[in-house]
Order: sequence, then structure tokens, then C-alpha cells
Amino acid sequence: MENRESKPLLEVENLKVHFPVKEGVFSRAKRYCKAVDDVSFSIMPGETLGLVGESGCGKSTLGKAICRLLKPTSGRVRFDGQNIELMGKSELRPLRRDMQIIFQDPAESLNSRHTIGEILEEPFVIQKIGNAIERRQKVKGLLDKVGLPQSSTEKYPFEFSGGQRQRIGIARAISLEPKLIICDEPVSALDVSVQSQILNLLMDLQEEMNISYLFIAHDLSVVRVISDRVGVMYLGKFVELADGEELFRNPVHEYTKALISAIPDPRPGISKKRTVLRGDVPSPIDPPPGCYFARRSPIEVSEEIASTPGEYKEIGEGHWVEVHPATVDNYKELSAL
Amino acid sequence: MRDSAGILSVRDLVAAFDTDSGQVTAVDGVSFDLQAGKTLGIVGESGCGKSVTAMSIMRLLPQPAGKILGGRVFYGDEDLASVSDERMHEIRGAEISMIFQEPMTALNPVQRIGKQLSESLLIHEGLSKKDAWDRSIELLQMVGIPSPEVRVSEYPHQLSGGMRQRVVIAIALACNPKIVIADEPTTALDVTVQAQILDLLKSLQDSLGMSVIMITHDLGVIAETCDDVVVMYAGRVAERGPINAIFNQPQHLYTKGLMSSIPRIDSPRKEKLNTIEGSVPSLMNMPVGARFAPRSWHPSIQEYLQSDEFATVRPDLVNIGEDHWVEDCPYVRTF
Ligand SMILES: Nc1ncnc2c1ncn2[C@@H]1O[C@H](COP(=O)(O)OP(=O)(O)O)[C@@H](O)[C@H]1O
Ligand SMILES: Nc1ncnc2c1ncn2[C@@H]1O[C@H](COP(=O)(O)OP(=O)(O)O)[C@@H](O)[C@H]1O
Ligand SMILES: [Mg+2]
Ligand SMILES: [Mg+2]
Repeated sequence: MENRESKPLLEVENLKVHFPVKEGVFSRAKRYCKAVDDVSFSIMPGETLGLVGESGCGKSTLGKAICRLLKPTSGRVRFDGQNIELMGKSELRPLRRDMQIIFQDPAESLNSRHTIGEILEEPFVIQKIGNAIERRQKVKGLLDKVGLPQSSTEKYPFEFSGGQRQRIGIARAISLEPKLIICDEPVSALDVSVQSQILNLLMDLQEEMNISYLFIAHDLSVVRVISDRVGVMYLGKFVELADGEELFRNPVHEYTKALISAIPDPRPGISKKRTVLRGDVPSPIDPPPGCYFARRSPIEVSEEIASTPGEYKEIGEGHWVEVHPATVDNYKELSAL
Repeated sequence: MRDSAGILSVRDLVAAFDTDSGQVTAVDGVSFDLQAGKTLGIVGESGCGKSVTAMSIMRLLPQPAGKILGGRVFYGDEDLASVSDERMHEIRGAEISMIFQEPMTALNPVQRIGKQLSESLLIHEGLSKKDAWDRSIELLQMVGIPSPEVRVSEYPHQLSGGMRQRVVIAIALACNPKIVIADEPTTALDVTVQAQILDLLKSLQDSLGMSVIMITHDLGVIAETCDDVVVMYAGRVAERGPINAIFNQPQHLYTKGLMSSIPRIDSPRKEKLNTIEGSVPSLMNMPVGARFAPRSWHPSIQEYLQSDEFATVRPDLVNIGEDHWVEDCPYVRTF
């Protein structure tokens, strides 16, 4: 949603999450896995920011750090006007209503010994909302909202299909009318026909409740449909961020080009030009110096140039790119901006 | 005996499992032909019987629960559904081989890559140990693994996911098989790596001339790699035919529904996607009639669902164009 007047709901600044790497007792230098390494962006009320990148690039870690399931190493997370990166458990509790997370496999977060009725009632109990009758009424309303039958309240999670379980996960996430939901690969495990049902549901709920989403997925076509803006992550860093249409029509970073050109096209006979990357994703433990992507880019540069870092900058309105000789094909032009 | 000249022809294949709650038929009368040198795709949502079809062809159904209850798998003059175990053992790996989704389960974690590659060369090709080892290095080179002479002595965990899948492909191709069955070979991989692996398979197929059965739930992968497609729904074939016919003139409502529910790279943003209402029936109570009927949006579908025909008659496939077949039931077809 374009709303330039209002203030961002979420602002992330220079966020880092570094995990110490466990090593033998005798090793001296401590090493770190730089899962999230200096990330900045914001999300407006009612907006969806899509987040893509290969597995291990730090998407889930970023999501968890924002909703404080993890403590960031450094940087700031400002949510609804409050700095939350240093808050303790009790300070965070009231914020938990406003910020929710849903995962790829909701089964993992649904208590298998509780009925759906109990699972959906729990958030109201924890936040001390309403009496038993009012709470049951609210559960009924939630089931309606996510398209599950009222008879579900007596059933257990295992009695539902993957798509239905994701609906339960969504029902729980929206129960306290949150302002932001972090969706971590919510449709990745679902078949296409079910996936489209869930994506439609998420879009409907957003329209109705003006929720913001941070929508994480590795499937770019899915992200494209649901997102207003899209960020591309590579090895713990944002390498490109832009309006969704702009990003897919006019990708600038070679990595974004590679991701987009790798999507198999469901139209037979269309042959497209692929941007092919060299080698494999490097490890976030002691990543190579300078520009992380330089050694995989189809634009080959000398080791000396590769070792100098790129500059993450705005090259057009709201279009951010890591500018480096190896990451963009018009480096001269962009670096002069 | 045979009605088509494919390199592999599956006819009326029925495969079932014994479970605590009785026998369940996972594959219920599946037929298709794989043409020599071509790629046949099998597509359908999880649980529709793709892997069970593949494992039946290879005679690798989990024992003792899994059984082939009927049908034939013609390969040359032989019926793989009934040849002896010894003969099947000869065929597997040497003439027909398989690539699985998860390379880690297909590889032995405590054996050097070269040893695993050598194994079938020793068995099927009768090479000496030294020759088999040298050939292993060649194979790793062929599938694009850098420094193959180093990698050949390493263990699977020392490789990335994409490299492991290349090793699995090298093992599958070690004895120059005529047919390769790839069961979701790229589902566990990132898109960039998937693209590399699909390109690799294509170029190997062109140079070695093998025929491929590509099993996937991803219509994009099918469109990029296949010549012919089988669309499966709930253990049966809903529709099959040449790639262009299936993608451009799908006749079964299920095929149509699948095609229109995938988000495309050019779909308008924030616009509702098409969906197929309802869900797949459970294996325990599959209808006899058209299995997609309870989800069909045909205007007179209720008549059919209440009819004796739905309760008792199993629709055949009917030919509607060159090699294009669709389930013969007007209520699940385009109207
Ligand atoms: N709790 C943890 N301890 C140590 N390393 C972790 C932890 N969680 C994630 N990592 C590492 O951080 C990197 C990013 O992981 P993750 O955020 O899960 O990636 P993604 O969600 O993009 O696949 C990976 O290298 C992963 O191994
Ligand atoms: N070992 C087994 N025992 C019982 N049922 C099985 C077994 N393996 C598969 N099935 C059932 O057979 C059906 C088809 O499975 P499968 O061929 O693996 O589907 P897919 O199309 O996803 O590959 C599924 O409903 C599955 O539950
Ligand atoms: Mg993740
Ligand atoms: Mg399978």
C-alpha cells in the first residue's frame, strides 16, 4: 500500500545477528557465523515486504531477530515507535499481541495434545481477554475468518491436512489483531492448489485488518504475487530492495538476475537467457573479504577488486542495490550517482 | 501384446500397500508410454502416486507392505512387473536407473564417493577396481564437479547439496542406462542450483541419448524439460499427452485448475489467484467414478455425484487428439 504520509510500522537499522561457532577447546580465535550482517529496511502499515534468497542466507534468522525470538548482536529494531532490540521478556509481552510469526510447518508450533479450540483460545487466556463464553465466541469468529468449519474446535492438529493446519496457524496469528505478521515460508510445503488458497487468505486478511507482512519465501513467483516491495538477501546482507514490479522488470544486481532467470517458466517452448552463477554459496562463517558475491558473479573481476566491499545505495526512488564492479553491469554510471 | 512403440510402456498398473487399516490402492490403473530419447513428465500433487509408480517400475516398493496387484511394464520383449528378481537386478542400475529427491539418503555417508561410483561398474560392467576408480573420476568430470580427482576420495558430507545431487546423477549414469527415472531430483535444491542440475540432465541426455521419466510437482520444471506429460490425480491418470497439448489445451478440469493456480512471474500483483476448492479424497475411501468429481465446478456435477454411474463405473481414458488422452467423464472435463 502506498502511503507516504504515515510512519513506518517497523524500522530495522544495521541489524546484525552473529552466532559464535563452537570449536575445539584449543582453538584460540573465536569465529562467528554472520547469519544477518548489517541489514536495514522498513515496513509501512498494511504493506507486504517480500524477502527472497537461497537457503542459509539468513532469512529466518532475520525474522526471528525482528520478533525477538532471538537477541540481535547489534543494531536497532523500532516497532510501532518503540525500540525493542534490548527489551526483556516482560517488556516484550504486550508487544507480542501486535507482532506474530507463522512458520512453514505449523504442526511444529501447534501443541499436538490440545484441541484446535484450546489452541485458538490460548492467546486470549494469556493476554487475559474476555470470559470463557466471549473467548469461545472469538474462536468461532477466527475459524470463520480462515475458512475452517466450526466442528474443528473439537479436533486435534493431526486430523488436519497441511493446508488446514496452516489455516489454524494463521487463525492463531491473527487472533489478537496484530499489526505485523512475519511469515516464514508459510506456503513452501504446500501443493500449488492449496498454496493459492493460503496466499488468497493472507491477502484477504491484510485488506480487512490492514496487517503488515514480512513475507519470506524462496519461490520468487509466490513473493511477486503477494509483495508490495521485495528485498533480496545474499549471505546475510540485502543486495537489492525495490518495488516488486520494478525488481522483477528491472533487476540490477547480478544475483537478482540469476534468481529470476532460474525460475522454471510454466510455458513450454519459452527459452530464456539464464544468468548462471559460478560455484556454490559460500559459508557465512568467515565469508570472503570484500564483496561476498564477487566470486560467484558472471562478471569476473580481479581478486583485488573482489576484496573491496560494494556500496549499498539508492539508485532510483526506493530502489537500493549493492553497487560493486562485480554486481552491476553499469558500475561506472551507478557509482557516480 | 503391445499397443505402442515406446521404450517403456506402462499398462493398467495397480499398486497397493497393506496397512493397519486394510489394503490401500496407491496407484490404480495407470498407463503411459515413454518414447525413446524423450522426456516424459509425471506431475500431480503430493500423495497422488508418482513415487509409487516409479518404485513399481523399478520393483522397489517397500517390502513386505507394497505389492504390484496388476498391470504390465513393457520394456523390450519383457514385462518388468513379472520378470524374475535376478533379471530385475541386472536391469536396475545397468539399463534403468533412478535419481531420488534427497541425495543424502541415496548416498552412503561412510563410503568414499569413488567407492560408491565404482560399485555398479564392478557389478554390471565387470571393470577392474583400478579401471572403475578411473572411470569414476571421468564420471564426476562429466557431471561438472570441479577437481574430480580430489572429490573422488571424499565423503558425501564434504560436498554441498547441489554437488551431492551431481554425484547421485553420476552414479545413475555410470553404466550408460537406457532409461533414467528422476523422482523430484531438484525439489530439495535452491532455484539457482535447480537450474544448473536441470541443464546438466538435459545436456547429458542429448549426449548419451537416454530416455527420462521426470517426476515433479512443479509445472515449471515440466514445461522446461519434458516432451510428454502425464497428469496424475489420486492414483489415476487424469490426462496425458504432448507437452504443448497439455499446457495449451488442457481438457481435464484438474489440469486446468493446476495451471491456473500457480503464481506466474507475470501475474498481476496482489490479485487473487485461482484455486481448486476442496481437497483430495482419502486413500481409504476413494470414489469408483471420476475421482476429481467432488471438486469439479461443472454445472451439472451434483447429478453425476448422485448417480449410480459415479458409484459404480470407473471412467477409461479417451483419445482426443494425437496421443492426447483424457479421463472419459464429461463432468470433469472442460465444458
Ligand atoms: N541457532 C543458530 N546457531 C548457529 N548458527 C545458526 C543458528 N541459526 C541459524 N544459523 C546459521 O545461520 C545461517 C542462516 O540461517 P537461516 O536464517 O536459517 O537461513 P534461511 O532461513 O535463509 O535458510 C545459516 O548458515 C545457519 O546455519
Ligand atoms: N509404505 C507405504 N505404506 C502405505 N502407504 C503408502 C506407502 N508409501 C506410499 N503410500 C501412499 O501411497 C500414496 C501415493 O504415494 P506417493 O507415490 O509417494 O505420492 P507422490 O505422488 O507424492 O510421490 C500416498 O497416499 C501414500 O500415503
Ligand atoms: Mg529459513
Ligand atoms: Mg513422491
